Amino acid sequence: MAFLLVFTTFATTIFESMKILVCISKVPDTTAKIAFSTPNTYDENGVTFIINPYDEWYALVRALELKETLGGTVTVVSVGGADYEPIIRKALAIGADDGVRIDAPESDAFAVAREIAEYAKSQSYDIILCGKETIQYNGGVVPGMIAEMLQLPYVFGASKLDVSGTSVVLEREIATGIEVFHATLPIVISAAKGMAEQRIPNMRGIMAARTKPLNVIASCNAQAKTHVAKFDMPPAKSGCKMIAPEDAAQLIQLLHEEAKVI
Amino acid sequence: MKTLVLIDNHGGKATKASLEAISYAISMNAGNVTEVTGIIFGKIEGDANTSVCGLTQLVNVPSVGDTASMAQFIVKYLNESGSALFISSHDNTGKEIAPRVAVAWEAAMISGVTQMASANGTFSVKKNVFSGKAISEVVTNDNKVVMTVLPNSFGVKKQESAVAIETKEGVLTDGKVKLAEVKGNHAEGGIPLPEADIVVSGGRGMKGPEHWSPIEELAKELGAATACSRPVSDIGWRPHHEHVGQTGIAVRPNLYIAVGISGAIQHLAGVNGSKVIVVINKDPEAPFFKAADYGIVGDAFEVLPKIIDAAKAYNASK
Repeated sequence: MAFLLVFTTFATTIFESMKILVCISKVPDTTAKIAFSTPNTYDENGVTFIINPYDEWYALVRALELKETLGGTVTVVSVGGADYEPIIRKALAIGADDGVRIDAPESDAFAVAREIAEYAKSQSYDIILCGKETIQYNGGVVPGMIAEMLQLPYVFGASKLDVSGTSVVLEREIATGIEVFHATLPIVISAAKGMAEQRIPNMRGIMAARTKPLNVIASCNAQAKTHVAKFDMPPAKSGCKMIAPEDAAQLIQLLHEEAKVI
Repeated sequence: MKTLVLIDNHGGKATKASLEAISYAISMNAGNVTEVTGIIFGKIEGDANTSVCGLTQLVNVPSVGDTASMAQFIVKYLNESGSALFISSHDNTGKEIAPRVAVAWEAAMISGVTQMASANGTFSVKKNVFSGKAISEVVTNDNKVVMTVLPNSFGVKKQESAVAIETKEGVLTDGKVKLAEVKGNHAEGGIPLPEADIVVSGGRGMKGPEHWSPIEELAKELGAATACSRPVSDIGWRPHHEHVGQTGIAVRPNLYIAVGISGAIQHLAGVNGSKVIVVINKDPEAPFFKAADYGIVGDAFEVLPKIIDAAKAYNASK
């Protein structure tokens, strides 16, 4: 009986102290115009910035759901300048408890991962959740790098995440089915579609976000290993060849003889 | 430049995406196959089908573990062999292993590359950014580089070779992340969407899940995978794994046929890597026509049967 009591207390302690870190990135709105002011500078003029959808809709919301059922805290972290604070406030409005901005210039995946790992290494998070990639750089390697730097297990692109005690069950959609993974906390996970549904912050959340802690911490001066020399626009389409609906059957012939794709 | 290529093992054979990564590595070394070694974990059949793309040296580690332990094995091999380049496909396995290798091997990492790299002094390579709406040229001065190659962007360059297989024992562990099971079968004997050369995709213009048979029939005739737009998967007409777009799957087939999809910018972001795009829509103002190579303005239910008949006739004539 005494043993049981001890065990129960221990398990409860784990639940109550579950600490989740959600890494969020600032990206141009999905409908933003893509243009460049210098060969390697994105033209931010008139662009609305949002939380990277994979970070917000799936990683952050699932973290909040876990907190709501299991207890614990959800911290959001972002690496960037003061212009990142509106998206951190938005994450607080959606429901995160506190925000951390690591004050470093935007850099490559390695430097971003190093900054987050340096911050996280002394914080003993149970779960570090990221989106599977940003819609801006489409790299998808920051969470894997964080996992290696912290020597933690990592699953890329999970569409489902359940936690019970220290056991983690994850699912990942693959071309031919769904993979089910069993793992244990602590763990790094990147989130794909399916893990949660987008939440729109309500007025109470927005008001509460104003007073939630947003700590700015110093950069560890991680050095990038790569840089963007220039951006180009993809080659333009030469134009659309229209086929009259009554001649739709011609399409197959054109695809075979002209486009040579069948 | 001594190069190691990670090969993903699917039932004892290399995946198509991995064969592309091998072709990329061989081309990168100007056809000098002796510079390129493949590494594959788990039991393999013969040479794991790697002779089709000209590989001559294959390291097989028959034991399997989680991706962390595979990365650890790879880093040890890279150091011992004095390699300068590690390449994998930008697939699920590559996305777990490559970043770990980059950190532990202290190499520069460039992910999702779409074009051949150049290594004259500095290492430079192009990749898609802004979900395919722009291309960036990424440069590094590091002398060790890890790259992942975006599937369907480079292709498999067929060339027969004799493969020398070296079996290596590795102590791999699967203690931290275990693959417990693989459920269901999305493709149901059909073609998995990310690997498909041809994709036939339907949108809200199909009016309901009960009207999907022309899409499926055309896909069957063309040997294509089926896909859908986000609204269609959100309202449950089609399963989520068929959702193509910015927040779903990005596909890069040779041919993408969009039926009843208006072409919202988020959808285009998932298909703009397609070589040829056909758009069928009754609205002549649908933005998708601007991104299309061939367009038909008309009712899908009148147009599709004509195309299906023509595809049947074409197949019969082959």
